[in-house]
Amino acid sequence: MRRYVLGLAMLGAFVGNASAAELLNVSYDPTRELYTQLNEKFAADWKAKNGGEEVTIKQSHGGSSAQSRKIIDGLEADVATLGIASDIDVLADKGLLAADWQQRLPGDSTPYNSTIVLLVRKGNPKGIKDWSDLVKPGIAVITPNPKTSAGARWNFLAAYAYALKQNGNDDAKARAWIGQLYKNVPVLDTGARGSTVTFAQRGLGDVLIAWENEAYLASAEFGADKFDIVVPSSSILAQPPVAVVEKNAKKHGTEKLAEAYLKFLYTPEAQEIVAKNHYRPLDPTVAAKYASSFPKIDLTTIAQFGGWKAAQPKFFGEGGIFDQIYDKK
Amino acid sequence: MSTMATTHRPFRSATAEPLSVRWLLIGFTFAFLIVFLLLPLIVVFVQAFAGGIKAYFAALADPDSLSAIWLTLKTAAIAVLLNTLFGVAAAWLVAKFEFRGKDFLITLIDLPFSVSPVISGMVFVLIFGAQTWLGGWLIDHDIRIIFAQTGLVLATVFVTFPFVARELIPLMQAQGSDEEYAALSLGASGWQTFWLVTLPNIRWGLLYGILLCNARAMGEFGAVSVVSGKIRGASNTMPLHVEVLYQDNKMVAAFAVASLLALLALLTLGLKTFLEWRHGDELAALRGR
Repeated sequence: MRRYVLGLAMLGAFVGNASAAELLNVSYDPTRELYTQLNEKFAADWKAKNGGEEVTIKQSHGGSSAQSRKIIDGLEADVATLGIASDIDVLADKGLLAADWQQRLPGDSTPYNSTIVLLVRKGNPKGIKDWSDLVKPGIAVITPNPKTSAGARWNFLAAYAYALKQNGNDDAKARAWIGQLYKNVPVLDTGARGSTVTFAQRGLGDVLIAWENEAYLASAEFGADKFDIVVPSSSILAQPPVAVVEKNAKKHGTEKLAEAYLKFLYTPEAQEIVAKNHYRPLDPTVAAKYASSFPKIDLTTIAQFGGWKAAQPKFFGEGGIFDQIYDKK
Repeated sequence: MSTMATTHRPFRSATAEPLSVRWLLIGFTFAFLIVFLLLPLIVVFVQAFAGGIKAYFAALADPDSLSAIWLTLKTAAIAVLLNTLFGVAAAWLVAKFEFRGKDFLITLIDLPFSVSPVISGMVFVLIFGAQTWLGGWLIDHDIRIIFAQTGLVLATVFVTFPFVARELIPLMQAQGSDEEYAALSLGASGWQTFWLVTLPNIRWGLLYGILLCNARAMGEFGAVSVVSGKIRGASNTMPLHVEVLYQDNKMVAAFAVASLLALLALLTLGLKTFLEWRHGDELAALRGR
């Protein structure tokens, strides 16, 4: 009954467009559950600290680059919490926020990290142990589209870094190898969650390349004892950053609220929620507390590829390496 | 004609196929309908009630679901109203007047049928997106088109554009203009002729077109997916909300909302069948197509 009344109240708010403090967080695909929990906590905190002021945080989720595109096209996000720095860089290019946004908050404006792991069906029937198994004939690999999904780009680079290491940093060999891998990909969904659904619900594919947090969520929620997580020999430190979309926040008069919201993500209680959702917390104390739930992996970083400003056009731009190897299909 | 009369052909019934063939065909048709239409419908309802009646209604009473339902109803209502006005005007024009470019106009009306809904949505982003001069100007003046309800209405109107007009054109053409001429020659004004002669003549066909238009408007996914900001509880219509819930792994809720959409479709189908049964004669002109 309470939910019903709440629903009616929200309907009223929607119709009347009541101007209570409101924030729109445009985020990437797998953070749905994370931000639902974080938002609830933040709203309670804000209310307690600001004389009972109500604040509503609205969520929108989708493939990171598709979401970024919507913000560019006029979706008035107050904050962008996307899967990859380059998806916020393009917002800065359009003048929606300052170019130095990544220096505004601790840890390169990244309150939580993750990495890329492999999810296989229970008992690992195809015997997938590492990246090298993904190029074998007859293995169907599920990963989203790097053009629209941030996770897909981390997936690509995690695999690519492995290929470089195996081939003594020979670029040509690594390309041929990754081309082989993508020949095993039957479908590219637009977002990480789309791929998870394809793998977990529709039962397509032998292995899902996924955010670590998404792999845990899939094994916990989409069917316990249906999947096994395979930790590869090496992976990449995936950094999904956050930023205030200054132009929109200014227009809405939500600058203070938006900044408080992002700073809240770094507080110990938010970091606890982060860790419980299988994102790797930035806070060292919380990280230490949850250390046992995150496997140790040899992680490369985006710095190996010269940062996202260099890696984005080289690998995923028009005619970039991904286009070259995927067209050759 | 005279040569026809002299040739005698042996009589053969149009349905002289052996019984086995007939039953095979009928059986095949039923099997096909069951697998492709009935089974999915049953699955939707079974899944929706998988958690019990309480869970079903709790899912529908969720604020985000209510918002999606309300948004869908509002969007469909506005889109149907606009397309009804347009459809009647266009059908009137096409059926009662002769002018150059008429064929071209009819082709234009049909355009949304042949354009992919995703493209239909995309064009509005290309026109009203913040990076275009028009979109930029509108956003600076706080007028939101895409990622707001206006965009949803525009995309829905575009996609459901032909339904009313396509129902009315053949009907009005078949009826001709004689009654209108009679009314006019007896001194009726243009409006009087329309309200008292034309509208009563086309009312059932019009209702039929409105029903089809409404069904499509509420169910549209592709076009609205492009122009919606997909903000939970704000800019998700029912079809979009079903996708969100499905990807959230909230199966009962996803299918509960889907079942409501299906119910609305069934209601439309029921009304449509009733109209055909009750006013079949007046709708007969439609079947000639």
